[in-house]
Amino acid sequence: MSKEINLEEKFQARIDAGERIEPKDWMPAKYRKTHIRQISQHAHSEIVGMLPEGNWITRAPTLRRKVGLLAKVQDEAGHGLYLYSAAETLGISRDEMEIQLITGKAKYSSIFNYPTLSWADIGAIGWLVDGAAIINQVMLTRTSFGPYARAMVRICKEESFHQRQGYEIMLGLAQGTPEQKAMAQDALNRFWWPSLMMFGPKDEDSPNTEQSVKWKIKRKTNDELRQQFIDITIPQAEYLGLTVPDPELKWNEERGHYDFGEIDWDEFWQVVKGNGPCNKERIAARTKAREDGAWVRAAALAHAEKKEARKVEKKTAV
Amino acid sequence: MEYPIFEVFIRSKNGLEHRHVGSLHAADEEMALENARDVYTRRQEGVSIWVVESKHITASNPENAGELFEPAKDKVYRHPTFYELPIELKHI
Repeated sequence: MSKEINLEEKFQARIDAGERIEPKDWMPAKYRKTHIRQISQHAHSEIVGMLPEGNWITRAPTLRRKVGLLAKVQDEAGHGLYLYSAAETLGISRDEMEIQLITGKAKYSSIFNYPTLSWADIGAIGWLVDGAAIINQVMLTRTSFGPYARAMVRICKEESFHQRQGYEIMLGLAQGTPEQKAMAQDALNRFWWPSLMMFGPKDEDSPNTEQSVKWKIKRKTNDELRQQFIDITIPQAEYLGLTVPDPELKWNEERGHYDFGEIDWDEFWQVVKGNGPCNKERIAARTKAREDGAWVRAAALAHAEKKEARKVEKKTAV
Repeated sequence: MEYPIFEVFIRSKNGLEHRHVGSLHAADEEMALENARDVYTRRQEGVSIWVVESKHITASNPENAGELFEPAKDKVYRHPTFYELPIELKHI
């Protein structure tokens, strides 16, 4: 017991000194568990996040928009893979993670349980959802666990194109016909609040935050990140000539920040618990992909084994 | 059954070394190379790729870091500044 305490103190001292933790280093069991949970859920979010956007690839209005969206969705697949790899360094297998996703044991970002009803939603997602994700991910490039931080650096480099392509879509619509502008406004109306929810519960309702900050998994709290996002985004909405659906939103000179209305936390918890508009559809899509691909994976492995055996045969023949 | 894990190394341009960039799953080396190309070089990040199955890598253990790396700490005589020469001396 005393040895354990000693190790934990040493570990905390390393974190406090700003050292990075690498996979084979000693770490408290809870640090490992928290990371497996957080990184795998982050990975799942990237993968499930492809679904609402993939919905519009075949119906993108121009070839320019189509190649942009296609490249973005491909990136999300890559991001999921970087993150799964980072989680695997902690001793969980890819297979286990996939099973946790389709059985509902692991969560993913709730935002992807909302449907993409119009082309403008693709703009709103790139601008707001990727924008919110970037705020969180930029913070995570300095997270204490090395493989997670490195994955984040790579992801952040690629992510800014996502947000710009989204904003460009919004800009095009906002400067278009009245119907197009109305479409952009409608997308903003529907994605604004869920985007704010992406930062998670309020600090006082987020029991994990304190430990996460202490271990430098997070370097800012949910509320700090949310405020940062709002302060950055409001001028961008104004530039588009669109209105954020929050009557209480107001610049607070004294605080130097925007004040904003209360988030509907009941809705947040409902979606987290699986009762959002698309939860079932998303899990069904991931389950189908896993099952439909099973024979391909088995065949590829069988082929690889055969090829290997042939190589050995040749060698022994010589 | 899962595909084995491969580690991926990329040379970003000729003249530079291959650097470890991450890992991926693949059925064999060929698929590992193809996947590495798709995953790690979507924006011209590389001109050459190495893949090696992770199980073939032997790694030092952090627990032995002391005995492995500390002996180098007190060997300052391996550095040029250890040797005291007059400052008026040039090109040495």
